[in-house]
Amino acid sequence: MRENILEVKNLKAYYDILKGQVKAVDNVTFNLKNGEILGLAGESGCGKSTLASSFISRKKPLKYVSGEVDLVGHKIMEMNESEFKKLRLRTISLIPQYALDAFSPTKKIKTYISDLARQQGVKTDKKFFDKVRERLDLVNLDETVLNRYSIELSGGMKQRVIMVISTILDPEFLIADEITSALDVSSQRFVATMLANLRDLEIIKSAIFITHDLSILYQIADRIMIMYAGNFAEIGPTDEIVDNPRHPYTRALIDSLPKVGIQYKDQRLAGINGTPPHLLNIGEGCRFRQRCPYAVEKCEESPKREQVAEDHYVSCWRWKELGSDLSGQK
Amino acid sequence: MAKNNKPVMAVRNLSKVFKSGILNPEYTVAAKDVSFDIEKGKIISLIGESGSGKTTVGKLILKLINPSQGQILYNGQDISEIESKAETKAYYRKVQGIFQDPFATFNPLYRVDRVFDMIFDSFELGFEDKDQAIRDALYDVNLNPDRTLGKFPHQLSGGQLQRLLIARALLMDVDVLIADELISMLDASTRIGVLNLLVESCKKHGMSVIFITHDLNLGYYISDQSLIMYKGRLVERGETRKIYENAVHPYTQMLFEAVPEIGERWDPEEEFLPEQVVNDVQNFYQENEGKGFVEIEEDHSVLFSDK
Repeated sequence: MRENILEVKNLKAYYDILKGQVKAVDNVTFNLKNGEILGLAGESGCGKSTLASSFISRKKPLKYVSGEVDLVGHKIMEMNESEFKKLRLRTISLIPQYALDAFSPTKKIKTYISDLARQQGVKTDKKFFDKVRERLDLVNLDETVLNRYSIELSGGMKQRVIMVISTILDPEFLIADEITSALDVSSQRFVATMLANLRDLEIIKSAIFITHDLSILYQIADRIMIMYAGNFAEIGPTDEIVDNPRHPYTRALIDSLPKVGIQYKDQRLAGINGTPPHLLNIGEGCRFRQRCPYAVEKCEESPKREQVAEDHYVSCWRWKELGSDLSGQK
Repeated sequence: MAKNNKPVMAVRNLSKVFKSGILNPEYTVAAKDVSFDIEKGKIISLIGESGSGKTTVGKLILKLINPSQGQILYNGQDISEIESKAETKAYYRKVQGIFQDPFATFNPLYRVDRVFDMIFDSFELGFEDKDQAIRDALYDVNLNPDRTLGKFPHQLSGGQLQRLLIARALLMDVDVLIADELISMLDASTRIGVLNLLVESCKKHGMSVIFITHDLNLGYYISDQSLIMYKGRLVERGETRKIYENAVHPYTQMLFEAVPEIGERWDPEEEFLPEQVVNDVQNFYQENEGKGFVEIEEDHSVLFSDK
């Protein structure tokens, strides 16, 4: 068996617009291991969704610039659309953000599912729907939802139907983009746990879970990757990232999370000053340097990806001297 | 609730029923029998999931809709008696709201300054130098006036726009601010800044805030008092710390179990079903039938049965 489902090397994907290039994914390298859930976190505009769409949709104005992506042996960046189409839903599947709003209001869920299956050349016979029912049962939905319209379902229920649909052909690799952000906390927990269950039941092999919420990733991800403004910042095992972060941005992100037990009266949490840079025609250098309290002259050059420990990589010039609690001098 | 201070706003047995359809009308109870007080300079969190009626309560206080039953007393005056244009204006002079989506609040065709011009046009704010007052208010919310005034909404970030609206509330020197999901659209790194600012302004200017949110952690971080709503009912009310340390209502307990936190993992063995809470709440009400809304310790009340 392969060790890695996905191998991404120095991937660059830019948006080509009239004014120039928006460097939304710039020099990103990582692997996705077989059987793992990789959490991908960062603020809005950091390129996390662009990274996902560069694997799967590759539509203009997004332009693939350079780098390699190897998905279970397929060099997907070199494939043309008709070749790639065969991989969709079977090898790679995406749950985009706001997917729960994408149901057709005039079609029953059942029609919707069979349309989709037929498009993929799958026979929608009894056997197929038995499988659908089985999966619905797995996400604790009654089979009567098949005869309902999407408006009759709550947000949490819709998201569960989406999960069933996007994994019905047992894809090896699932990208889940902000699947919990529009849901209530109770549904959030159920949907997030479900993703881990799908992996445990080997319905999917690996997944990338994209979110802005680190505390959900802490619950279900095996490893976490942090992106900042289109650049790779840090990747490592979940506990390592949370307890021993090496990138100043990761540290700041974790410190800005409110927890039950911390009140404003007793302890003030600190946000990060400033806003992320514009990615249009952005130059060299660490992109976090304008907001980073530890920035030095060296940060004008782009930092290299360096290994901290096993499986733990960071892109920061000062990771060694600063340490994980950033006790090194400013 | 603490009795020594007179509340700025007192909500008494507030209910709102929405009717839909004409021939066979269906009734939706969005809020039922909600009562609470807000003291001057305090922050109260109104926590609940979608459909719990938290926004309805906010709208009722802002007089955007009328209650079906119950009263809202602002400094002792029943706000349903406010009818004339002049009185309504005087009310809005002191009670204002900020909502979830800053990009929907601002008109994209106008410069952001317009939100300030509008309040100066509508209200007599009594500043000698209008421009200076705006600049001061912007400094108060950590915005650089030279970099924000004259810009269009799309040129500013969501966090900056929300700060701008807080600055507007400060300029008007409002008594009560309804912050409905104020920061849920902001990024983790910027939301804390806006939140800290809200608390500071509240302490500095003696402004009271109703902080409507679905995020328990945020509610805990900023508020003195908390209200938990479930299906239009207030199920738990009291001092924030007491509710969080000793949640009694099954719905509140479920919320705490579901909220993701760093440093504490969900139990993978435990089967967690969001639907389960409906039964749990029903059983809880049946077991405690007839008890109603009870104060179980000082400044901590729980709804034991809905009848």
